[in-house]
Amino acid sequence: MSPDYYLILATILFTLGTVGVMVRRNALVAFMSIELMLNAANLAMVAFSLARGGLDGQVATFFVMVVAAAEVVIGLSIIIVIYRTRRSTSMDAASLLKL
Amino acid sequence: MNIATPTFEWLQLAPVLTVLLVACLGVVVEAVAPRAYRFVLQVSLVVLGLLAALGFLAVNYVNESVGILAEGAVALDRPTYLIWGALLVFGLLSILLFAERKLDNGVSAFAASAASIPGSVSETDSSAARHEHTEVFPLALFSLSGMMVFASATDLITAFVALEVMSLPLYLLSGMARRRRLLSQEAALKYFLLGSMSSAFFLFGMALVYGYAGSFDYKAIDAAVFTPTYGHGLLLTGAALMAVGLLFKIGAVPFHNWVPDVYVGAPTPVTGFMAITTKLAAVGATARFFFVALGADRWSWQPLLAAVALVTMIVGVVLALTQTDIKRLLAYSSVSHAGFILVAVVGATVATTSNYTSSVASIIFYLLAYGFATVAAFAVVTMVRDAAGEANDITSWAGLGQKNPVIAAAFAIVMLSFAGIPLTGGFIGKWEVFTAAWQGGYSWLVVAGVIASLIAAYVYLKVIVSMFFAAPAEGVSVGKAGLVTLVPVGVGAIASIYLGIFPGPVMDVVTAASIFLR
Repeated sequence: MSPDYYLILATILFTLGTVGVMVRRNALVAFMSIELMLNAANLAMVAFSLARGGLDGQVATFFVMVVAAAEVVIGLSIIIVIYRTRRSTSMDAASLLKL
Repeated sequence: MNIATPTFEWLQLAPVLTVLLVACLGVVVEAVAPRAYRFVLQVSLVVLGLLAALGFLAVNYVNESVGILAEGAVALDRPTYLIWGALLVFGLLSILLFAERKLDNGVSAFAASAASIPGSVSETDSSAARHEHTEVFPLALFSLSGMMVFASATDLITAFVALEVMSLPLYLLSGMARRRRLLSQEAALKYFLLGSMSSAFFLFGMALVYGYAGSFDYKAIDAAVFTPTYGHGLLLTGAALMAVGLLFKIGAVPFHNWVPDVYVGAPTPVTGFMAITTKLAAVGATARFFFVALGADRWSWQPLLAAVALVTMIVGVVLALTQTDIKRLLAYSSVSHAGFILVAVVGATVATTSNYTSSVASIIFYLLAYGFATVAAFAVVTMVRDAAGEANDITSWAGLGQKNPVIAAAFAIVMLSFAGIPLTGGFIGKWEVFTAAWQGGYSWLVVAGVIASLIAAYVYLKVIVSMFFAAPAEGVSVGKAGLVTLVPVGVGAIASIYLGIFPGPVMDVVTAASIFLR
């Protein structure tokens, strides 16, 4: 099996995620974009795993999913605290720390 | 189907396991111990746990047990011993700062209740009830265990999981300052979003490297460099994306934007903790990945890292010149130090004693010198206070030498060590780093490094001159700190001098640890 198409799709997803983090000003949406980037990597690993034989890549995705879940817990708690304080999750509002 | 029982070297891994176990015990303490006892219990757990971990490490070191452990996930070799030891020592010294309660009228530097809204009734209530977050101690220990694994991982999955275990608690810790909470929360958000994005880059790069090599194992990647099945571009792209993640954690330009903001916003003890320990772990992991997995391909990555090192040194010192806040100044100084460390990473040459690429010894020595100075510097930052808390503006540090000569002298010593003035550890560290780069054929980088250190010296000397020769600032005093702050200050200052005057014994140990096991 050639992993090419999967790799192209994964790259597109990853790029979309990166652009999302950089362009969107809502912390929640930015955070969702980061999850998209992680899943793009998952897709690439599963495809490579199939192409190269061996289960390493597929096992790795489980690790990534667990890590992503932990990240959600931490991330949402930080975003919620910010939201409670400022009544907004806009990242432009968070601008006390500038040069 | 026959499944073999995995081997797990309990004794060799005992230092990491102890730290993890103590962190879990800390969580149990939070759950069962009455509020009044938690603080004492947590602090004693941290101290005893880290000392026990150091003890295990010493036992293994004396037994000279080295090897690839846990089914090829972690390498216990000479550099690992030094990095683990340094992480434990610096971790202990900086976590001690978390326990300081004398400076701020009997409360710690952490918010009484991090979940309460700043300025709300619930915040006032929890402050009045003298609540405190003793969870910070287990969080720091979890982070420390992740760092230990990260620096010694020989497998990309292990490295990724360790990277997250080290980072996630730090995101929380940096949002928990007692004073200036809006700033602190904002720092946590920035650190979290940028940090997880950099981890995602690391992960995607890892997927590509896996596609190239067909394995996550560093040794297999190294072997695949010689017998490629896929195009070289896949490896280069993957390695570049992974480098983004690693350089972000090191705090190198152009991935340094989070450093000043997070260093300023986070509670100062946390800043001290992450300034040294994350840098140690990330540099260890970077060196191991590039030397072990990509050592055979060093012509591809050395020029790129050389460019990053150059920009990091220059940008770090130039921006440090313009700072008026001491924490921001130390943040940019830490960026420039990341550049100096990268100079040594770039200077990796094939050692004469073996066929492997390495410059680990000089990197570790530099990190030791930087670590002791950093621990003491941030400890002093917590002590200089005015009515509103820490006085971080450099103008309010004027005349500190007249107010408290001992503390000011200690701070001056570590500033001199940062600057790399002879007779301090920083000088020997820079010497080692530049020698490594010179031998590696990067003489132009050494010249740039020397120029950058000259500019940096001006930054640090300016602070020293203002401390000793300017008129004392009104309303600022050096707080009466407890032993938990004074010990890190003393150890940091004395070690900075010791490493500068008698570098021999430490150098011998470090030089013996010049090659990664693979």
